[in-house]
Amino acid sequence: MSKIKPSKGAPYARILGVGGYRPTRVVPNEVILEKIDSSDEWIRSRSGIETRHWASPEETVAAMSVEASGKAIADAGIDAQQIGAVVVSTVSHFAQTPAIATAIADQLGTDKAAAFDISAGCAGFGYGLTLAKGMIVEGSAEYVLVIGVERLSDLTDLEDRATAFLFGDGAGAVVVGPSKEPAIGPTVWGSEGDKSETIKQTVSWDRFAAEGHTKFPAITQEGQAVFRWAVFEMAKVAQQALDAAGITSDDLDVFIPHQANVRIIDSMVKTLKLPEHVTVARDIRTTGNTSAASIPLAMERLLATGEAKSGDTALVIGFGAGLVYAATVVTLP
Amino acid sequence: MAATQEEIVAGLAEIVNEIAGIPVEDVQTDKSFTDDLDVDSLSMVEVVVAAEERFDVKIPDDDVKNLKTVGDATEYILKHQS
Ligand SMILES: CC(C)(COP(=O)(O)OP(=O)(O)OC[C@H]1O[C@@H](n2cnc3c(N)ncnc32)[C@H](O)[C@@H]1OP(=O)(O)O)[C@@H](O)C(=O)NCCC(=O)NCCS
Repeated sequence: MSKIKPSKGAPYARILGVGGYRPTRVVPNEVILEKIDSSDEWIRSRSGIETRHWASPEETVAAMSVEASGKAIADAGIDAQQIGAVVVSTVSHFAQTPAIATAIADQLGTDKAAAFDISAGCAGFGYGLTLAKGMIVEGSAEYVLVIGVERLSDLTDLEDRATAFLFGDGAGAVVVGPSKEPAIGPTVWGSEGDKSETIKQTVSWDRFAAEGHTKFPAITQEGQAVFRWAVFEMAKVAQQALDAAGITSDDLDVFIPHQANVRIIDSMVKTLKLPEHVTVARDIRTTGNTSAASIPLAMERLLATGEAKSGDTALVIGFGAGLVYAATVVTLP
Repeated sequence: MAATQEEIVAGLAEIVNEIAGIPVEDVQTDKSFTDDLDVDSLSMVEVVVAAEERFDVKIPDDDVKNLKTVGDATEYILKHQS
């Protein structure tokens, strides 16, 4: 048996930079009301959403990703050529092959970085971050770009009262790199496939093509079941992530949950008994639910507005279709 | 030990107070959660889960929509608590 030389990575990993891209078109609730029987008041009180962004034909999954990534790379103060891997989490890129990550890696000017897509719904950012941390500590990449990007407006049935108002488009990206200190805690993650029917695509692509459906596939959900699961099970997972990082909510500066619904966020804050001093991301109000993009977009906004600052300790938790979830404590870039 | 009817009403009153901020004394058996107590469909989910924990019952989503009043919920819990 030959002896194989082991790889050598960094002692720890950290988020070094963050960037976001929000499409130019801002869509207020009034536009949603053209197609469903509802009201601005109902939408605000049940979801917290006032406006969301919808992408134009030019604001493609790749174009939005490149914009967000460019900002994240500049924020990290590195060169695109130093990036060893590009991980893209999305459910709304409409070609299965090849992965969109390769085109993004190329357009960013990376030096043949490894590039692939993952499908982990609204937990995609946490899944990507966990992969990135592993690659850096294991030594297969020095810097990893993690992108969450969605054009959920393409998968929204504007006549469905339960989802028409919920979704938005955008891209968020972070650069993860080496660190001397631990700056990304243990990930508490998992899946509950017995609940796979609670959030799903109305009709699969093959059935859509074969059965002559008139309506394009869209995301549909059992709202109350998802709400119940998110509020109660995810608060437990968030607490486990704090425990795993060896801190309590008193040590926390910022809470950035997946921006699914402001009512889920408020309820989690209550259940976790987060102290007053913790800044809570409520980017959903003006961004809607952007699935995998929501956490990096919210992170970027909190840092840009000064509500959070570099070096703050943040709890991030994503959860959604699968059902899947991932929570971890990070030091903000 | 199974809770009595009075204990259930008192427990529900505390839960509704905690979630919707309604004074405990306003939570009476004839009151409708949505119309009288400011508990909307999402707050109702929170009330139900808190009640499940407190009274050791399971209240599936499909049954929740039949629980219109505090009296409906009290009866349901009385019948299903273990
Ligand atoms: C989508 C969501 C806001 C819907 O709220 P809900 O309370 O479950 O809605 P329901 O379908 O039970 O309807 C409750 C009432 O509001 C009405 N309603 C439903 N949609 C409405 C709308 N868009 N506008 C106005 N009224 C509406 C219903 O008719 C019903 O009225 P009724 O009680 O008089 O019959 C909520 O379920 C939710 O946010 N769930 C979590 C979803 C989520 O975050 N998913 C993503 C996870 S990644």
